[in-house]
Amino acid sequence: MSILVNKDTRLIVQGFTGSQGTLHSQQSIEYGTNIVGGVTPGKGGQIHLEKPVFNSVEEAINGVEPNASIIFVPAKFCKSSIIEAAQAGIKLIICITEGIPTLDMLDVKKQIDELGVRLIGPNCPGVITPGEAKLGIMPGNIHKPGSIGIISRSGTLTYEAVKQTTDLGFGQSSCVGIGGDPIPGSSFIDMLKLFEEDDQTEAIVMVGEIGGNAEESAAEFIKNNITKPVISYIAGKTAPAGKRMGHAGAIIAGGKGTAEDKIKKLTECGVHVADNLVSIGSKVDEILKS
Amino acid sequence: MNLHEYQGKALFAEYNLPVSKGKIIFKAEDVIEACNEIGGSKWVVKAQVHAGGRGKAGGVELIDDPNEGVKFAKKWLGKNLITYQTDKDGQPVNSILIEECTEIVKELYLSAVIDRESQKIVFIGSCEGGVNIEEVAKNAPEKIIYQGVTYGDKSLLENATNIAKVLKLDEKQTNQFLPMIENLLRLFIEKDLSLLEINPLVINEKGDLHCLDAKINIDSNALYRQPELQDMYDESQEDPQEAEAAKSDLSYVSLDGNIGCMVNGAGLAMGTMDTIKFFGGNPANFLDVGGTATQQRVAKAFKIILKDPEVKVVLVNIFGGIVRCDLIAEGIIAAIKEEDISIPVVVRLEGNNAEKGAKILSKANIKIESINNLSDAAKKVVELAK
Repeated sequence: MSILVNKDTRLIVQGFTGSQGTLHSQQSIEYGTNIVGGVTPGKGGQIHLEKPVFNSVEEAINGVEPNASIIFVPAKFCKSSIIEAAQAGIKLIICITEGIPTLDMLDVKKQIDELGVRLIGPNCPGVITPGEAKLGIMPGNIHKPGSIGIISRSGTLTYEAVKQTTDLGFGQSSCVGIGGDPIPGSSFIDMLKLFEEDDQTEAIVMVGEIGGNAEESAAEFIKNNITKPVISYIAGKTAPAGKRMGHAGAIIAGGKGTAEDKIKKLTECGVHVADNLVSIGSKVDEILKS
Repeated sequence: MNLHEYQGKALFAEYNLPVSKGKIIFKAEDVIEACNEIGGSKWVVKAQVHAGGRGKAGGVELIDDPNEGVKFAKKWLGKNLITYQTDKDGQPVNSILIEECTEIVKELYLSAVIDRESQKIVFIGSCEGGVNIEEVAKNAPEKIIYQGVTYGDKSLLENATNIAKVLKLDEKQTNQFLPMIENLLRLFIEKDLSLLEINPLVINEKGDLHCLDAKINIDSNALYRQPELQDMYDESQEDPQEAEAAKSDLSYVSLDGNIGCMVNGAGLAMGTMDTIKFFGGNPANFLDVGGTATQQRVAKAFKIILKDPEVKVVLVNIFGGIVRCDLIAEGIIAAIKEEDISIPVVVRLEGNNAEKGAKILSKANIKIESINNLSDAAKKVVELAK
């Protein structure tokens, strides 16, 4: 098993014919992902990378029956692309694009929640189930089918955790980049639930960073709901406190959000925190062999 | 992107929020004319910088003679104002807002931010405004109210009434408050704000609500659809190196160590800094070259890192997902030749085409140490920086 995506995933690509869409679709196809078509308004009827192009998600649904969509369109068009896919009936949407206005995401999040749609991202590397399907921009070759579920807010940090668990022979059940934006489509908690239920996953690696309180909320959730071992790494111990304007940010954060606070909370809740980026893999090794 | 108080107040006025009559001046000789135009016999002069805590730092004065205003302007224009919210160098004062004086009966606090946790726009209010609001939040949390508004909600009556109660407004003020909240929310959404703060929101001698300050931050990702706000950007308030980096789509923050860092991805950049620190070194900077690092951007990144005279060694850490490591390797070589870099450079390439990249680096006829393992690379730069 795995979470979110597998060899039965039928994927369409929104922004299929653009440069990013083309590059990453090609790599995903090479990896073995079942891309059944793409959407680029105005280019319907064409064939791109040997797959049919449609003008809209609705046309694609009628034509090739996809069950997931990945979005590469520019930030200013993302809100309408996500909502188009959600309203057309796609239940899993992955948005890679970075730089989407936060208010757009507030609107999107409200609408997809009402429609019961799962959104991963934006501003993320995507989702991969090694050996089955790659829906994203991550380098496929560092992954290996295995037992570790990986969730991360940062793209390149995810790769680091993947590489280390691959090198030690564990491999991954699935890896999800939830993205680093203030309003992500899915949270750590959403993914923890899925990994807890997944038989293939023996341990979960959660890679976080400073800012917000997603890690703190996740820690609390893990304490009460997750039976599998969770290993975590938090980036940003040495990041400087920035200049600031006014008080509102500080009041609402209430002194939370630093690496120290997050590590303390995670440790209190029974999460095994790697003290260093390069020791994520060895921490997994230590926990699973103890 | 931050706005100055005078720019924020112009937006407030556009949205029918009560602000004082005022003029912005950029030269000391314009003070007297501004005071005359505003009228009255008492004015407030306020140094315009992107930071709070100006009053305590001497950046705000009450005057009853325009000549005092001239003196104030001469004292501050061209100087830096250091407050507890700025860094040690402070922020340059290039303009001064002159306003008619408002009699303050009571200081309140009102702000709005996007709250990640509840995924709502949250209004924050308190009956104790002024500079000590963070203390209030810590020591008397019952005096602060948080009211989340779901995106798309049109009726704010209940939210506004709840806040008005905590602000202890009387009936007349409460009636002024509801349209005020509606206008603030409209401003927040229409102008793509990420933060809006009125501290203090005051009750004046007539018993009316009045906005005495305005702090506004705009979502930089939305600036493309806010052309009139783009013009309000004040580069002088940004760190010059950081602003220069931002022009090339590089995210750079200067720190006080001596190991220069060039990394792709903000998370990995922080992780790399932490790793250097873990092995006993001190990073000189945070630098994210972004997902689509090109040769030009790598060259630019080297240029920015090396402007810092403290830098003794540079660690390049690239985990290629989108970027191809062989292209990065070529970029590094070209940049080192072009910039005539003489300090040691340690490069760690991993991911997409990493082996090809390492091969290109090893064949190049320049002094680069290519180390595939991050801890070894970090240990190496720490040793070289000693």
